[in-house]
Amino acid sequence: MKYFQSTVLSNIQLTDDIFVVQVVRHGAPVSAGQFFMLKCWDKELTLMRPISVYQATEETLSFMYRVVGEGTRRLSQLQKGDAISLLGGLGNGYPLDQLHGHIAVVGGGVGIPPLSLTARMLQAQGETVDAYLGYRDQLFAIEAFEPYCRDIFVSSEHGPEGYRGFITDLLKAEQYDAVLTCGPEVMMRKVAQLCAEKQVTCWCSMEHRMACGIGACLGCSIPTSEGMKRVCKDGPIFLSTHLFQEV
Amino acid sequence: MANLQTTVNGITFKNPIIAASGTFGFGEEYNQLFDVNCLGGISSKGLTLKPKDGNLGIRVYETPSGMMNSVGLQNPGIEAFIEHYIPVMRQWDTVLIANMGGHSMDDYVTGAEMLSRADIDMLELNISCPNVKSGGMAFGIKADVAAEVVTAVRKVCRKPLIVKLSPNAENIVEMAQACEAAGADSLSLVNTFQAMAIDIHRRKPIFNNVYAGLSGAAIRPIALRMVHSVAKAVQIPVIGLGGITSAEDVLAFMMAGASAVQIGTVNFTTPDAGKIIVEELNALCEREHIENIQDVVGVI
Repeated sequence: MKYFQSTVLSNIQLTDDIFVVQVVRHGAPVSAGQFFMLKCWDKELTLMRPISVYQATEETLSFMYRVVGEGTRRLSQLQKGDAISLLGGLGNGYPLDQLHGHIAVVGGGVGIPPLSLTARMLQAQGETVDAYLGYRDQLFAIEAFEPYCRDIFVSSEHGPEGYRGFITDLLKAEQYDAVLTCGPEVMMRKVAQLCAEKQVTCWCSMEHRMACGIGACLGCSIPTSEGMKRVCKDGPIFLSTHLFQEV
Repeated sequence: MANLQTTVNGITFKNPIIAASGTFGFGEEYNQLFDVNCLGGISSKGLTLKPKDGNLGIRVYETPSGMMNSVGLQNPGIEAFIEHYIPVMRQWDTVLIANMGGHSMDDYVTGAEMLSRADIDMLELNISCPNVKSGGMAFGIKADVAAEVVTAVRKVCRKPLIVKLSPNAENIVEMAQACEAAGADSLSLVNTFQAMAIDIHRRKPIFNNVYAGLSGAAIRPIALRMVHSVAKAVQIPVIGLGGITSAEDVLAFMMAGASAVQIGTVNFTTPDAGKIIVEELNALCEREHIENIQDVVGVI
């Protein structure tokens, strides 16, 4: 991990409340499923904001985020050339060395973007990836899965096209060697349950309010079957069986 | 180069900047971001006799110019601290302060006995955690109850004893004087202010415990006033904290009477804040023609 000052290359609005900001990477390490703490303020706001990595190149990092409060509202106002501070890559990331064969990535809402980098890295190591992308209404980031996935399934509750309903309605867990999921907890619980029924390994990416982002303050600890775990350091990727006791 | 060295209870700090308990873990994580040897001292995560899981639900929450927390003293327990974390912290040339909380008089006394025998430099007694039900806060509000704990711990504590005060005390000056009379070697203040936030959509408190501790720049002027009032009223050294974010803030707290300071919430805003504030303090002292930082302690 690395704490550094960077520069905004672009900051594009995709839907009513989803944006993607691209910044200079400055050699920061990153792996699939990791996140960075971001800030573009020095005064007034206190905490950096944890945002998962959407895509990365040798020279750049991209973060797709939803505007939910004052911090993300300020991020959304960034313009090309503006300064931004980053701390990362943080968290354990997906265990790529344990993921082989036919892998499904199941994303919901703003949990979808980080699975794009994950799909790319899985494809790069020779795995076959299918994407299941669940939206409420407006669709985004689907094209970011096309180069890396064999099949892409899209659902929305009120959207313009594709299956009407929940993405978990479409998931056939038994087809996969492992399932990776990121999104609302209620969706991940359902994915975990479908996987458990078919004895398929399921990894979940948890979201939590954080302060330090590096494991020091214990502000993001959650109960697991292995005891209290820090989402920022021990996670954000957890085995579903460690998170959801009913699974 | 200004002389930033300061002394509290015979313990020499290379500079007055101490990482505040609960914001810095045991230093390992931050040492990956900057060399923690640059700090005057580190106060450990608040320890309890037995390991503690802490609170469920939201634990940290942004507020105007500050934050609230309700971690609930999650920690590995004093035994694990002595076995695993003291050796880690002892790798560094910085004053090692063990911060200890408790739920009962017996917890405090047994814990203090154990830590007294361990390789720490100072013991910071937390009688003021607002996030632990039954105990903690109760000791921090009533001066006579606080005095009982300090008296009992003093009897078994063979390390310099810092008592960390709560700004929620009924009367912070009377509290400070009671702790001094009960045998505290020094005082640190202030801990977080008990505060509240509500999720109006869910019609529920943000925190499971309803109330939580407020810290950060928002509390700084009140903390400064309390440090000043207390420093005027006691003979023992005072360590100041509460929303310090810059070298200027450090000098303000020292001028108000603090012999050293702690930085907490700013570690989250700027992960290498400890290093930066030490560097800036050096430069600031030169600009202000301060040769020995101890000369400004209590000038107001």
